[in-house]
Amino acid sequence: MALWLIGLGLHDVRSMTVAGLEAARQCSTLYAEFYTAILSTPHAELEAFVGKKVAKLDRLGVEKGADRLVAEARSGEVGLLVAGDPLAATTHTDLIVRARAAGVAVHVLHAPSILSAAPGLLGLQHYKFGRTTTLVRPQGSWNPTSPFDAVAENHARGLHTLVLLDIQADVGYFMRADEGVRQLLDLARRTGATWFTEATSLGVLARAGSDQPGRWTGPAGTLAGLDFGAPLHCLVVPGPLHEVEKAAWDLLAAGPSA
Amino acid sequence: MGRKEDNIAKAVGVMANLDNIRNIAIAAHIDHGKTTFSDNLLAGAGMISTELAGQQRALDFDPEEQARGITINAACASMVHHFDNRDYLVNLIDTPGHVDFGGDVTRAMRAVDGCIILVCAVEGPMPQTETVVRQALREKVRPTLFINKVDRMVNELKVTPEEMQARFIKIINKVNELINRNLPEEFKGKWGVRLEDGSVMFGSAYHKWGVSVPYMKKSGVTFKDVYNHCQNDTQKELAKKAPVATVVLDTVAKVIPSPKVAQEYRIRHIWHGDQDSKAGSDMRTAKPDGIVSFMVTKIMIDPHAGEIAIGRLFSGTVERGVELYVGGTKTKNKIQQVGLMVGADRIPVDRATGGNIVAVTGLRDAMAGYTMTSDAEMVPFERIVHVSDPVVTVAVECKHMKDLPKLVDVLRQISKGDPSVQVKINQETGENLMSGMGELHLEVITHRIERDFNLQIVTSNPIVVYRECVKGSSPHSFEGKSPNRHNRFFIEAHPLPDNIIKALRENEIPDDPKKHAKEVHEKLTALGTFPKDLTKKVKAINGTNMLVDGTKAIQGLHETFELIIDSFNESVNTGPRAGEPVQGVMFIITDAKLHDDAVHRGPAQTIPAVRNAMYGAMTIAGTVLIEPMQKAVVTVPDTVMGGATGEFQRRRGLIQDMQQEGDSTTIEAKVPVAEMLGFAGAIRSATGGRCLWSTENIGYEILPPELQEKVTKQIRERKGLKPEPYTAAYYAE
Repeated sequence: MALWLIGLGLHDVRSMTVAGLEAARQCSTLYAEFYTAILSTPHAELEAFVGKKVAKLDRLGVEKGADRLVAEARSGEVGLLVAGDPLAATTHTDLIVRARAAGVAVHVLHAPSILSAAPGLLGLQHYKFGRTTTLVRPQGSWNPTSPFDAVAENHARGLHTLVLLDIQADVGYFMRADEGVRQLLDLARRTGATWFTEATSLGVLARAGSDQPGRWTGPAGTLAGLDFGAPLHCLVVPGPLHEVEKAAWDLLAAGPSA
Repeated sequence: MGRKEDNIAKAVGVMANLDNIRNIAIAAHIDHGKTTFSDNLLAGAGMISTELAGQQRALDFDPEEQARGITINAACASMVHHFDNRDYLVNLIDTPGHVDFGGDVTRAMRAVDGCIILVCAVEGPMPQTETVVRQALREKVRPTLFINKVDRMVNELKVTPEEMQARFIKIINKVNELINRNLPEEFKGKWGVRLEDGSVMFGSAYHKWGVSVPYMKKSGVTFKDVYNHCQNDTQKELAKKAPVATVVLDTVAKVIPSPKVAQEYRIRHIWHGDQDSKAGSDMRTAKPDGIVSFMVTKIMIDPHAGEIAIGRLFSGTVERGVELYVGGTKTKNKIQQVGLMVGADRIPVDRATGGNIVAVTGLRDAMAGYTMTSDAEMVPFERIVHVSDPVVTVAVECKHMKDLPKLVDVLRQISKGDPSVQVKINQETGENLMSGMGELHLEVITHRIERDFNLQIVTSNPIVVYRECVKGSSPHSFEGKSPNRHNRFFIEAHPLPDNIIKALRENEIPDDPKKHAKEVHEKLTALGTFPKDLTKKVKAINGTNMLVDGTKAIQGLHETFELIIDSFNESVNTGPRAGEPVQGVMFIITDAKLHDDAVHRGPAQTIPAVRNAMYGAMTIAGTVLIEPMQKAVVTVPDTVMGGATGEFQRRRGLIQDMQQEGDSTTIEAKVPVAEMLGFAGAIRSATGGRCLWSTENIGYEILPPELQEKVTKQIRERKGLKPEPYTAAYYAE
């Protein structure tokens, strides 16, 4: 009788760990949420892979249905499948707190996350990253500038910034990297960050975790006009590069590479 | 050329001559003869035929108004009058007599410089007489008095000539008392109505005669003549010697200030922009080549020309092709045509200049109360008010499904023409709601939709709009959580002091504290009842509710505030108790805990979290329903008085005053709007149709305790909510 939070990893269901797969297979009920991240794997394929029916939950299904998940986990093995690592770029900590408070055991099965994949793919050192931030799709009066605060703070301290991009899976919206670059330029203008210009060098990552991830480095002005293909995308705003980082970075500057 | 066309040609000639323009309104208690009076002025000035006047009711050109015998729209008319060897252009605005339509009166007053207050010689000044006097003086409009129905006083009350004069004096004194009570300091001793200068007139609008002291001197007609003509039923002769139009328009030309004189002091008072700006000085001098400033008092829908905006042009020149901004916004509309109004006719003119009342087509986005201007920066006359106080709602459906798309369009147009009508169109449920100032008001609108738009509709039984407020302050702040639980808002709910609610309702406090922070701070400080440390922290105002930021330097809160305000606006529109609008509540945000990453505190998280905190705070403070109240004034013959008082007793009414005059009695009662539904038919049958009545909305009172639960349940069930309101625990989740 427990709640299992199982990471599916990046891009494709085959990215989940063997431990995660075994955990999923022994669950009596399986749910999945894809509003914090998605996989390219079709749902039927996911079910075939784990060998079980998987019920999809939307955001409200998880947030409002937390009590139901916890209640079900009292009498059965309930698994919640989450793209990436189940506790990295998500807000599921609350679910764990509630389950434990209700006396329900919780097991977490980690999996690859963009938080470790992005630095690696771009040849940057994870140790030199500052606070991660997410760019938000503007909506009516909601067009916050604070996502740029992390970029500016990290820049001031000589650190890199991983910039995640908004996902609204329910409406089929995934912010694209070119849109993200344009928004960074806009935020820099709105917050008076004169150091960030069209000449600022950025890194773009697309489909991390797939067999053929896309990697680009170059000036913001150029990247803002490129098409980076299918989602998911993310950005990196680098700080000063170490020799080795620089070598890896410059190699990518030639253009997309596998 | 007929006389009418001839006069219009003259009118165009006078339009540019500021000294010879007079802008006036006629205001009165219901049924004191306003429309007949207006018609006779028009007829006397040759704008409609003399024979038809009194029957034609040119200003009541809405057949609905004619059928009901009451004036609903403040329509307008221009006429030319020859006095002292000069031609005067008199622009007249008629005002509605039924107070269900009160918004129009204030706007009509703002558009004019003088007014004629009609008082019935038999009834004397009535409650609404005081209301209109107050409205006029509040807009610095110079009052004059016309004592009407003098023939009825002579013939029905059988007064002697001495008694007749004594009654006049009594009415004049009473009206001066009302004036003095409301008179701005600068006009003390100047603006009373007096016999000597003609600012007091008497007559019978119905019989088309009138007199004033200056006219009596000029024509030799004496009080004794007047008395005899009335008694001997030779009023036609009197109308020849002393035609009402001549007498009244003489007074208007002589006593009412010209726009040139009036705009100098009125603009300082009615316009809140910087007086030293170009707009300010152009308007004070009614400068013809200055900034265009056109204050719209009314929108009429013409089947051919579309929307016609009628209003006062304070400065500048309007003509075809000129583009005007909708004051306070970036929207621009192009003028198609400019005209003068004569009853239902709109007479095109090439152009009109400052100081006049004109009709303009092409201003698609204009609404009653808006300022249309050539200067994008000009401060509008009225803030665009989003909340009126409708008290009754009906659901509207089409008789024929095929008309559905048209219905939505028509409802939008209706609310544009009459801002006291609020329309809620729900695309999802297909339910269309129309709210207004009273049952009668909505009935009139319904008929108008059927007639003017040729659209058959069915309306539900009227539903009263209640309001929700709090019994006291919440004992502590209430924590509302976002769905992901990473964002928490701590909010207190407090009842706002009465004087602040009143100031909000009367639009004395700007409802955009972001733009007018200083003014909000000053007004709240001046009112004295608002917590001193919070006057600068008001973040939003919605109706009579406020949102106050009581936090100190919380990371990320600043950029979340727009969402908090969105949630506040949504929450106060449908309260926690019964989903009715919230009234008179101040919400103070005392603390907030936010997720570090903006993506986890977007609208889907913040809006429900703030709503939970507000609803929870109201719930722990204790919610109550308050109900709209009306003052009903009924005049009935003594023989059927019992029927009238019985109607009030049956309707939780509180009789507040009873006054006997002759053989009729005027009863004044305070009655809940909920109980007033169906009153029109009931009072008619209770009194055999022999009654005069009017109502006025007079604010809200707490619904009696024994009805609270019952009414809450009724409303909730009607709205498809669970019968009981949620407990605080629900909002803490």
